[in-house]
Parts: sequence; structure tokens; C-alpha cells
Amino acid sequence: MSRSTTEPMLDLDPATIRTARSLARKAGAPVVSMAKRHTTVSVERAVLRLAGLEGADVEGIPWVNRLVDVVREDAGLEHGVSLPVWDAMLRTGDDLLTVAQKAAAGSVTFRVPEGKDATKAAKASRAQVAAGIRRIDTSRRQRDKLIAKYGQPPAPWIYLIVATGDIYEDMPQAQAAAREGADVIAVIRSTGQSLLDYVPEGPTREGYAGTYATQANFRLMRAALDETSKELGRYVRLTNYASGLCMPEIASLAGLERLDMMLNDSMYGILFRDINPVRTFVDQRFSRQIHARAGIIINTGEDNYLTTADAVEAAHTVTVSQLLNEYFAKEAGLENWQLGLGHAFEINPDIPDSFRMELAHAMLARALFPDAPLKWMPPTKHMTGDVFRGYLLDGFFNLAGALTGQGILLVGMMTEAVVTPWLSDRDLALQNVRYVFNAAGNLREDFRPARDGYIANRARQVLGEAVDLLDRIVDDTLLNAIADGTFGLMKRPADAGRGLDGVVKKSSGYLNPATDLLEEGATR
Amino acid sequence: MSAARVTSTPAVTGPRGGKAASHIVRPYGDATGDGMVQLSFTLPLPHDKRAEGAAQLFASKMGMDPAMVVHAKAMGPDFTFFVVYGPVHHLVDTRDVVIVERDYPLLPPKEVNSLIKKTLHRPLVVVGACIGTDAHTVGIDAILNIKGFAGEKGLEYYTEITVVNLGAQVSVPDLVEQARVHRADAVLVSQVVTQRDAHLHNTREMSAAFREAFPADRRPLLVVGGPRFDELATAQLGVDRIFGRGTTPGEVASYLVSALVPPATPTSTTRSSTARSTSSRPATSRKKAS
Repeated sequence: MSRSTTEPMLDLDPATIRTARSLARKAGAPVVSMAKRHTTVSVERAVLRLAGLEGADVEGIPWVNRLVDVVREDAGLEHGVSLPVWDAMLRTGDDLLTVAQKAAAGSVTFRVPEGKDATKAAKASRAQVAAGIRRIDTSRRQRDKLIAKYGQPPAPWIYLIVATGDIYEDMPQAQAAAREGADVIAVIRSTGQSLLDYVPEGPTREGYAGTYATQANFRLMRAALDETSKELGRYVRLTNYASGLCMPEIASLAGLERLDMMLNDSMYGILFRDINPVRTFVDQRFSRQIHARAGIIINTGEDNYLTTADAVEAAHTVTVSQLLNEYFAKEAGLENWQLGLGHAFEINPDIPDSFRMELAHAMLARALFPDAPLKWMPPTKHMTGDVFRGYLLDGFFNLAGALTGQGILLVGMMTEAVVTPWLSDRDLALQNVRYVFNAAGNLREDFRPARDGYIANRARQVLGEAVDLLDRIVDDTLLNAIADGTFGLMKRPADAGRGLDGVVKKSSGYLNPATDLLEEGATR
Repeated sequence: MSAARVTSTPAVTGPRGGKAASHIVRPYGDATGDGMVQLSFTLPLPHDKRAEGAAQLFASKMGMDPAMVVHAKAMGPDFTFFVVYGPVHHLVDTRDVVIVERDYPLLPPKEVNSLIKKTLHRPLVVVGACIGTDAHTVGIDAILNIKGFAGEKGLEYYTEITVVNLGAQVSVPDLVEQARVHRADAVLVSQVVTQRDAHLHNTREMSAAFREAFPADRRPLLVVGGPRFDELATAQLGVDRIFGRGTTPGEVASYLVSALVPPATPTSTTRSSTARSTSSRPATSRKKAS
């Protein structure tokens, strides 16, 4: 979805843009090296999932959780889970599931193997994890094949949400939404799943304000959309959420089950879910390496800042977050076309020139990230029970999207903040999108804001404020800036927050065959 | 209904009418007493003449007479969307309207913050937890996390409220200790699990422990919430307030301020009594991660 145009819409100083990027790199680099020095229970569980360990015990606790917990008790996690587990498999002759079951029953103990035993365990674990990585590669090839067959939908891709709580209700709803014109279906997760330190198992029919993300649910929904893609002759993408305490595992399951996009923000969990910053950055890096390999497009969560902070005052924090998200994403191996960097239409509609300012912000994002698809999020904060006014706001949101060449358009519902969308809300919302994009056509070609006009100046101002903030973050370090409440007004110190007890410092003998395979780009 | 014969006599029902404005009203389109309403809905029928007739019949049954189907549009093969206009003949006596008054004003975050700042001169400290074996932090997180609930930000969003969220499975002694350490003004406890009345036992244990540990005038305000509580059972459970299903952070913040920040009744309380209750809204921040 390259959006490079011959003539840039905004006349931004290339030196300032370079400064902004290099500051983001400076701010992010220490966090990356910190992430490399640690592992987490979820990273280790993801390795086991890639090695094919599925299922749960009678209490519904996944085997990967059971196994990692026992290994941690017996041998610690600083060497990773792979050496102790495959050592035990080689010693007992059991397969992975049996070892997990025996571990839960207490009939096998783990040790960190040394010498030849360690070499053997390393080799065996790599072979088995590589099979999972190859499954991810196969899924990616399959997606490429289907897209080649059906063709890519024109930008922006229309993104619609389903969330009934019951996967068997979600499937027909998603299929209906695709028939109505959705290019991307997102299945919202059940409230609070991000705080579960395990991934639920099996198809689920009960969720609160959303449906649990499970491997079985992923598989069912992907199959349903494959059926509809065939019927429509258009590849319908599927989205879920790699956020919360299980980012690495959910990313792995998404790669295995051919999800196409994943919500994956570098700081969302820290700021909005009070998840420990170290845990988040370690989990985030692994999950993004998986996304990179799987050809998954990530969607970042900058829209969330604007729902807590003021969209005008905090506009530059969105830019800063986009730059940081870009840095972390590239470091993990993601390419420009995979960066659905987020931003949103959340300026108070009562203030004068609000639309001009929205255009300025949207064009700034477009100009800074010309080759990223960009995820354009509709108004929510200023949506009220006045559905008529909401419909008009959504129209202006769509117009801003058309004028600034957004890649992924989350369709705004006039009943935002009133009810979960009705069938008719979705239909009206899609009419709104179609009218605006049809009427505006290629207006973007003719639209060049005056060089020293309001829009261009506002964009320069926001970029300038972003550079200043990045400067302060580099001085203070990113972890301290997060602890001080720089983003979204929330103070999140590095030694607090959920999931901290799941963070482990790696020893020099740490082994993670999944990371090795991902970083080498190897298949065996 | 004899009072129904008022359709075109502005003196009786008009806003500026006659001697005294009437209490008897009906909807206003472009003329007093015309009773015009608009209605939109979907029928699970393919769009054809029969569907339009069904829509008209349906609107008639709702009291629109005559019902004018002004718009009908197919939504896929199985559904049709309708917009219907028409007059209704019902009347409402405004003296019959019952308004449920909440006993505290619902305040926007800004006002909560400034009240705390002005009268308490320090942040208000809230300690929250799920106690006992309850691991369901959904409720306490909806109220405390900045992410919030039903479009309202949680208490962490309030600059003048310091939130200490202890999370799940906190023991009562730990909770009392943490409340003491943080000098809590209020303790918020969420209880979702109701097996064998666990939520009631836990709450009683908690309130008793606080009464034992603190002198009456120093005891933090005890607030408990969960989907299965009877909001009137405060005395039986020994707590100051019970919040039921659908409670929003704004309601909790407003209550805390009204209970903890000394009088000087704020000016904008008029919004509260007639404002649409936000608690009736389902959670619909749809685009966000869970």
C-alpha cells in the first residue's frame, strides 16, 4: 500500500524529520537492549506453543502455563524453558504433551542440562520449534496466494468490528459485515482478557462485551472468512488483539492461524492496563518479531491517548508514540507496509477550526510515514446520544480520511456511546463512507494546503513539539518518562504494575530457539 | 381520555399559551399539538411492497396514525431499514413524571478535581481490591483503571485522586494494612463471585476488620460493588455504600466527593437530577483493545 506521492502535501523540514527519527531511536535503543536481557513467562509459553503444545487441564489451565510454572520452580527460567523441557523429553522419551502432564502431576523434575545433554536438548528444541515457525511461513504463503488470486482491495480498507461474545454468533455477523463491504473484520476481545496471564482454550460462547481470543476461535473465524472471501472474490482480513499479558502467545497463535492484522502497541498495556513496563517491552519485542515473520500488519493504539488527554494539547504525544512504535517495529523486523500506525479524529468539534486541525494532524502522520498504511480511528470521545450530529461528525472523519490518504479506516458508528452497533447502524455507516469516498474521489490530488497556511503551520508546530518532547525523553530515559506520567497523564514506574513477577533476567546460557530462528530468518 | 381533546388549541397546550402553561403535552413537529414523531427500525424481511406494508402496520400499532413510510432500504437479502413519520395521539401529563433523584450530584471529573483541591487541599486516596478468592478484577478495574467503563475514564484519570489498585485475591488483613499505609480516604472492594454467598461473607468480614482496626472517625469510607449486591443492604453488610451492576467511574467519583469532601455545595449540581443516567448505557467503546 505504498502511498508515496511525487509531491508532498506538507512542506516539512526534512532535517527536523530526521532529528525526530534519530531521537526516537535514541529513546528506544536502551529499552530494546533491556528487553534483550530479559525473558517472560509469556515468551517462554509462546515457545512451547510454537513447538505444538496445545490444550489445557481439567481446570482449564493451559498446559503451557502448567509446564512453564513447574520448570520455573525446578530449574528457574533464566536459561529459558527450552533446555530443561527438551532435556526432560530426551531423558524420559516422552513427547511434549506427556511431559507437560507429568510436570503438572509432579512426576517429572527439570534441570538445566550441561555439556552434551545441553547440546542435544538445544538441537531437539530447535527442530520442534522450527516446525511451528514453518507453519507460520506456510500461513503467510497461503495469504499471499489468496491475495494474488483475489487482488488487493483499494485503500482505504474498510475496517468493521464484531463482538457478540459468542464465536458462533460472531461468524455469521462477520460474514454479513464482509458482504456489506468490510475489507477487515476485527473481533473485539472480552473485557479483561488482557489481564489474564493465560490464553483461554477452545471455542468460547461466553464473553463480556467481546469474544475471547483463543486459538480455536481464531481458526473458526479465519475459516468462516475464507469461505466468504471465496464467495465475494475478495480477501477479507481478520484482526485481533496482541496486547495485555499474553502478547507473545497471542501473536504466535495469530501467526499459526493466519490472522492478518493485530493490534500491537508498544506502550498501551503499560499506560492503560497498568502492566509492568519491562514485561510489556519484552513481550512486545517477541510478539512483533512473530508478526514480522507472519506478514501480519500491526495496528498501534495512539487513538487511546486522545481519549484521555486533550486531542489538541496532546497531539504531539501521538506523533512521539508513532515514532517510537515505528522504531520498535523496525527493530523487531517489521516493514513499512506492516505499520498501521494509529491516530484518531478526536478534537472537540465545538472549537473553531477543529476540522482544519484534524487535517493538519492527519497530514502530518501521512507525511512522516509515507509508506505505512496508517490506521485512522473515528470519533468516540465527542460522540453523544445525538446520533444525527454523530453521523455528521463521522462524515467529516471520512472526508479527512479521503483527503489525507489513510490506509485503514475504522468505520465510525453514529451510535457510538449508545448501543453496540445495530445492523442498520453498520449499514448507515458504510453508506456514509461510500458517499464521501465516491463524492470526494481523488480530491487528494488537488488538495495542497497553502505553504504558510493554518494547516501547514499547525503540522509544523506539532512536529516541533514532538521533537521537544522526544528530546526530554532521551534525557530522562523512556522508562523514567513513562514513570513520570509523560504519556496520557499516567505514572507507571518500571518496578510496578501487573505481570512483573513473570519477568526474568536471562543468564548467559539462555536459549530461545524461536528467537534464534526469527532473528536468523531460518526455517530449521 | 377526555383531556385528549386539545389538539389544536394553543391556549391550552402552547408554550406561551393562555393563563397558565398546560401540563398536558404531546410531541411537536411544526405546529402545536400535531404529535409528529419520527421512527426508524429494521424488519427481518426482504425489501418489497409487503415489507413496506408491514412497516406501516407496525408503526400504526405503535400509535402513529397515519404512519408514513418515507424511506425503505434493503440491507442485504434478508433485512430492510425503514424511516417512518407520523402523528401520535398520546398525551403526557408532566405532573405524572417521576424523577428518581440520586442523593449526590453527578459531577464531571474537572469539578470533582477542583472540589477536592479546594476543600481537601490534598489528593483523595482510594485503595481498591478484589478480596477473598475472587480473581475477577473486571469490576474494580472498570472503576479504577484510566481506561474506565461506559465511555467514562476510571478514577486514575482524576488528577486529584490517588489510586492504589491492589488487584485480585487480596486478604482482608492486607487490605486493612494497605489502607493504613496509604492513609486511604476510601476503600473500594469489588466482589463478583457469589458462590455460597461468598460476596456477602467477604464484605462482612472486611467491614468488621476495618471497624476493629480504625476508630470510628478515622475509618476510611467503605464502598463495595458487584453485580449481585442489593444496593439497600449497607447496614446489614456494615459498609457505607453499595454499587450495583452498570455503575460508572463518574458515579463513584461523584459519590466519594459528596461523602468525603465537606459541604459547600457545588454550583453545577442542577445537571444531576435530570441528566440522563449514564449507568443505563452499555459499554460501547468499541474500537479499543480489551
